[in-house]
Amino acid sequence: MSDHQLRVSKIPRGTVIDHIRAGQALNVLAILGIDGESGETVSVGMNIPSDRMGHKDIVKVEDRELSQDEVDVLSLIAPEATINIIREYEVAEKQYLERPKRVVGILSCPNHNCITNENEPVETKFDVLDDGVRCEYCGTIVRDDLAAHIAAE
Amino acid sequence: MRDDQLLTAKQLSREDIEDILDRAAEFDADPAAFGDRREDAILGLCFFEPSTRTKMSFETAIKRLGGDTVDMGPVDSSSVKKGESLADTARVVEGYADALVLRHPSQGAAKMVGEFVDVPLLNAGDGAGHHPTQTLLDLYTIRENAGLDDLTIGIMGDLKYGRTVHSLAHALTNFDADQHFVSPESLKLPRSVRYDLHEEGAMVREHTELDDILPSLDVLYVTRIQRERFPDENEYQEIAGEYGIDLETLEAAKDDLTVMHPLPRVDEIAPEVDDTDYATYFEQAHNGVPVRMALLDQLLEEDE
Repeated sequence: MSDHQLRVSKIPRGTVIDHIRAGQALNVLAILGIDGESGETVSVGMNIPSDRMGHKDIVKVEDRELSQDEVDVLSLIAPEATINIIREYEVAEKQYLERPKRVVGILSCPNHNCITNENEPVETKFDVLDDGVRCEYCGTIVRDDLAAHIAAE
Repeated sequence: MRDDQLLTAKQLSREDIEDILDRAAEFDADPAAFGDRREDAILGLCFFEPSTRTKMSFETAIKRLGGDTVDMGPVDSSSVKKGESLADTARVVEGYADALVLRHPSQGAAKMVGEFVDVPLLNAGDGAGHHPTQTLLDLYTIRENAGLDDLTIGIMGDLKYGRTVHSLAHALTNFDADQHFVSPESLKLPRSVRYDLHEEGAMVREHTELDDILPSLDVLYVTRIQRERFPDENEYQEIAGEYGIDLETLEAAKDDLTVMHPLPRVDEIAPEVDDTDYATYFEQAHNGVPVRMALLDQLLEEDE
């Protein structure tokens, strides 16, 4: 392990999200719903020098593994990221992200007139396009700043 | 999407459209001759927004086929007023009816209802989204007057919020139709519609002036520029007159131009145009009955 990676210490178990595009770490935390109130131990490194990426961010979340939904949304804003599941201080699984065909129940639709923003028993569904996502209900296309549309819990 | 639901014009292939229009032509030839066709069928009318033409033409269509309607009535006197969700209202009404017609102010409302009900469902307008049954009667009118291939059509007005425009533009990609879109900059086609048109390989030609393209048009489809869409009344007043047509405007048009409008109009088409051969908008409204007869007949058949 290089000195650079040691900037943030090893964790006993949990998830390390590495090779996040520099500047996206806080958005990754938003996707994971981490706001500091839930008691998880979280380490964040930002703008860490990286041979592959120039600079990168890294997020380590202790005692937590990610759901597929969370991984799907991560793939939209941090497609180069790798997800390492840590058990007993070692990488037990390494996952490279693949863009999903759709994301369900995670993003909110920015169109205030979309039925998903009414008080109806329906989850948001977005088709993933080459350069954004599209609401399956109202058709609105979102290309920029997807993290800003993560549905509030 | 299910065969017994019509939610967007994107569902419709050229073959689907031609089937419905051919069937509509049969009903149009003698609408009173089919009174035992769908005897006992009950159509549930769920209109969460005001409507005259669409609602009355659906009522007429099902009655012409021998059926009847149940109507939830104005929103103010329905359970919606008590806070009932749309999903629940739809599930209740489907227990009373053999098919549902939904108009709702929210985009995507019909798609959502379609996930909750088992009976055939027709989207009669969802906010600024889609209005596919209007599109079918528009296509019927265009076919009768100008043909659907080798067609140059101008679509003018509020293209941003105009659901009839969104559905029509998409349906026309099934045909050899050259589409021109005329609007103020602020009311251009939304990104999602342009995306769909590009996906279908259609050329999106956008203009701010009708003069640029009027002489080449076979059909001019006019929609209302909605005053309420403009935050600034002065901005509306500046452009409103630019997108109206009168006899003087039409001097530059082909003699056989067909002028259409989904109605209601305010001042986009001067009344003096009504008595000319250009005017096709009242015929267009009339066509709502045979087209909706054809559609209801087909969906109820699918559901048998």
